[in-house]
Amino acid sequence: MAWEPKIVAFLCNWCTYTGADLAGVSRIKSPANIRSIRIMCSGRMDPTFIVKAFALGADGVLVSGCHPGDCHYVEGNYKALRRVHLMKRLLRDLGIDPRRLRLTWVSAAEAEDWAKFTTEFTETIRELGPLQLVEGSGTLVSATAGNGN
Amino acid sequence: MAEKPKLAMYWAAACGGCEISILDIEEHLLDVDAAFDLAFFPCIADFKTKDVEAMPDKSITVCLFNGAIRNSENEYMAKLMRQKSVVLVAYGSCAAEGCIPGLANFYDKKSIFDFAYKESPSTVNPEGKVPVPRTQMPEGEIEIPEFWDTVKTLNQVVDVDYYIPGCPPQSDQAWAVIETVVDILQNGKELPPAGTVLGAGNKTCCDECPRERKEKKIKKFVRPYEIIPDPDTCLMEQGLVCCGPATRDGCGAKCVKAGIPCRGCYGVPAGVSDQGAKMVAALASVIDSEDPEEIERIIDGIVDPAGTFYRFSLAASTLRRVQLESLRPAAAASQEK
Repeated sequence: MAWEPKIVAFLCNWCTYTGADLAGVSRIKSPANIRSIRIMCSGRMDPTFIVKAFALGADGVLVSGCHPGDCHYVEGNYKALRRVHLMKRLLRDLGIDPRRLRLTWVSAAEAEDWAKFTTEFTETIRELGPLQLVEGSGTLVSATAGNGN
Repeated sequence: MAEKPKLAMYWAAACGGCEISILDIEEHLLDVDAAFDLAFFPCIADFKTKDVEAMPDKSITVCLFNGAIRNSENEYMAKLMRQKSVVLVAYGSCAAEGCIPGLANFYDKKSIFDFAYKESPSTVNPEGKVPVPRTQMPEGEIEIPEFWDTVKTLNQVVDVDYYIPGCPPQSDQAWAVIETVVDILQNGKELPPAGTVLGAGNKTCCDECPRERKEKKIKKFVRPYEIIPDPDTCLMEQGLVCCGPATRDGCGAKCVKAGIPCRGCYGVPAGVSDQGAKMVAALASVIDSEDPEEIERIIDGIVDPAGTFYRFSLAASTLRRVQLESLRPAAAASQEK
């Protein structure tokens, strides 16, 4: 079977998750490569989730929340914006193409945008190919020293 | 006289600072001597590997193992010490999290050898020779350990009972742990559960930091040589990249008290899986901008984010090492066929 990109998407409860739901209810076609994870706010998106997703086999990670100014919690999406910008630098330094991480804004009404962004992103990941972790990388998240206690 | 419990301390890929931290317990060394027989401690006395190999299994009560696992000899010694010891402790940041030797995981064996033996300005090596594990000499075959692509932590090679973080662990903390061990041995108390981090706290460096914290809003990052920091205000609020929020407490916040930002040597706090990603969370949150271009300009001021945030824990991080996409794009592309 041909390789298909695996994409983990962290979607905020108030905008994008509802927007993605609307896309489904409206029968708008969007790629089946997206694995959605609902979080309360894009500001809840801890960068440790991103490295964990890559370590466990994701080829791309999408973070999507409310448009700037529309955050249900006032400024959580701005936190996500800054974190994604810094996280792209970290991924670059860790040898992972920063294009494998994308941030989008999709409101609860923008089902068409959801379909468009996910299609675009899936194509980007398809061009980049599978993320092949070097042997000896943490392909499984193991109990590190810090997890004691 | 009853035989005393045996203590060992071994160094793998390490600098020797961990040994110094033990010797720095000063007069308490006499208490250590009273409580233990030294079974193996190459830094301070002339023990040989064959002495350890000859010991019965589990005959060493406590082994403090410091240093990361960088080559085949380190791994052999880790397995040997595990076999001979009842309690194996990852002592110090290298054994626990890879520490500075673990930063080599930003490269691989080939790029390290190319630079160290061929390209560095001080190298003269016209024949391009690099170390190989086995060499034929007139006297016979000689062998050196095999160098690996990836530096590992102790617990990626053998089971580890306890962890003592720090680069090096603070001597007072080291002594407190030894004192507890002596108490357990002499009074028959129960050992803490395996996997416990000893000699450190369960919070972050910020919890020990006496500096005053207000609202953090950073417009510009600065490096320590660029400013004389205010003695009472949070260093991060002054624009310094301080790893305190993503670092375990236990050191007494010595660096930050002296005006030097936390470098993160006590490693990940309890419950955190990845120190670098956690630093991204902490630092990005306080950048004072909502404009993507300005954010990019501000984070341009953070020199070497991954090397700074993972300075002590790359080998123990979620991804453990750099991936090939940046190191050798061509090699990665050819593998994808």
